[in-house]
Amino acid sequence: MVRSKSLGSRLVTILIYALMILAAFLSLAPLVNTIAISFSSGTAAASGSVNFIPVQFSWQSYAKIIADHAFWQAFGVSVMRVLVGGSLSLVLTVLMAFPLSRSQEQFPARNIYMWVLIFAMLFSGGMIPTYMVVYKLGLINSFWSLVLPGAVNIWNVILMMNFFKGIPNALEEAAVIDGASPLQILLKIYLPLAIPSLATITLFTVVGYWNDFFSGLIYINDQTKIPLQTYLQQLSIQAQNLTMMSKEEIMALARVSSLSLNSAKILVSMIPILLIYPLMQRFLVKGLVLGAVKE
Amino acid sequence: MELTMHRKKKLIKARKPAARKFVMAYHLMLLPGIILLILFNFLPMFGIIMAFQDFVPARGFLHSTWVGLAHFQYMFSLPDSFQIFRNTIVIAGGKIIFGTLVPIIFALLLNEIRVKWFKQTVQTIVYLPNFLSWVVLGAVFTMILANEGMVNQFLGIFGIQPISFLASNTWFQPIMIITDVWKGYGYATIIYLAAMTSINPDLYESAALDGANRWQNMIHITLPAIMPMVILVATLSLGNILSAGFDQIYNLYNPIVYPTGDIIDTYVYRFGLRGAQYSFGAAVGLLKSVISLVLIVISYKLAKKFAHYTLF
Repeated sequence: MVRSKSLGSRLVTILIYALMILAAFLSLAPLVNTIAISFSSGTAAASGSVNFIPVQFSWQSYAKIIADHAFWQAFGVSVMRVLVGGSLSLVLTVLMAFPLSRSQEQFPARNIYMWVLIFAMLFSGGMIPTYMVVYKLGLINSFWSLVLPGAVNIWNVILMMNFFKGIPNALEEAAVIDGASPLQILLKIYLPLAIPSLATITLFTVVGYWNDFFSGLIYINDQTKIPLQTYLQQLSIQAQNLTMMSKEEIMALARVSSLSLNSAKILVSMIPILLIYPLMQRFLVKGLVLGAVKE
Repeated sequence: MELTMHRKKKLIKARKPAARKFVMAYHLMLLPGIILLILFNFLPMFGIIMAFQDFVPARGFLHSTWVGLAHFQYMFSLPDSFQIFRNTIVIAGGKIIFGTLVPIIFALLLNEIRVKWFKQTVQTIVYLPNFLSWVVLGAVFTMILANEGMVNQFLGIFGIQPISFLASNTWFQPIMIITDVWKGYGYATIIYLAAMTSINPDLYESAALDGANRWQNMIHITLPAIMPMVILVATLSLGNILSAGFDQIYNLYNPIVYPTGDIIDTYVYRFGLRGAQYSFGAAVGLLKSVISLVLIVISYKLAKKFAHYTLF
């Protein structure tokens, strides 16, 4: 590579590095600030003197969380939701993607199913009719209202389908001659080849279920059954339920609420995501690009 | 050629009995997913009829009184409606524009970096916020943007008086756009960077022989190479113009900023669901769904035309 090493070029390089470091800093700063606040005393946090280093260091917030029954109950609901919903969604996605990846010749009804899926993806009944259906199905206050409505993610089905399409047909033909059933072909040939896509979809599904607070907000009234994000949302939004408040009143309320305790709760809620993210990261670029770049 | 065609036909014929068995299995594999789609996607679509009724949950979809287009007429007569549609389009439009531009610039700059571990670390860090919920980020930004929060502390160094960002109708919309771009730009960056790795290095070498500098390389080689992907991402995001981000706004707004921060989804939630004006809420939601559908179809057509992208 011929690359001029003039002073100007070197300055530009330094500038680019500086900008990248700034971007990384901006991505992490809010989180570091939250960590610092969670380890500070309540008064220091409320006074606004905490930036990136805890002031009047204290474990108190975390000690309080350990004894907080409601927090762990909500945490448990979220873990169950991710386990049950995540595995259900993954199985459904794979089961739907495989037949749809067959050619029209192999599966004549393919295109009809495809149009059904596309229509369901592009058009929706909207928030209120969906709520009414869940209500009429008797799922209000049921764990299943947190799992079933979002279990089929059509975008993931299409991503998976496009991946399956890229697998050479010859592999399948050989298996058919050996007398393999469609399910065996899917499980023994296609799935092992689809690990990067599976990992990407698993990550998105798990994160999606873990982060969703809206289902818990509208479908669950029983405080013992709400998922963690809905629980956290109630903590930080309480002020807004009192409509018509002056600016000063809102600010006062924000000050009174226990900043460091809430920060600690927020951080504990992020732990599963922070654990799973680096594990899945190495598959992510591959899986993402496979889904996005399609001829 | 003819021979292979002939063999192919023969093969299909030979497989026919097995194929029929396979087709049955394919239907069965699709069944559980389709049942869930019928329950939670298609039944709500039929539920849309409530937008033309005075829906009472106890009476159900079949026995509620029909009112025709009354809810739509009411919606258009409300002064709020215009404001809510405008807020939605301004916020969503800003997100689409900056959400497209920022990752392009960022990916171009990051691509200039030769130190691999540095590049990957930056990529990983800026992608991280994408995985955090708006509940979490809402609480975090509420702290940071408060009067005694980090941002105002920083501005204080320059003698600027504290600004109540989230209680200001001047600041609320820009804050929604900035925080959304902040959260999301790492994702598009990764896609663009991947597209850049597939550029033929010969192009850069011959450009270097012609005496091209870094800037010229960027504009004449790298940017055109990722352009199809950019067009694809941009056109596909067009369908979101009426979805300004319920999760984000719901977790950051308050009554003071309703004039600039209230969007269609938050409005439907507050009045339709919490206020129990079910039919009115469904009517507003229906209008949104229909406009979105039209826009999505247009954007897919555009994506097909300009980026040769087909979904399936």
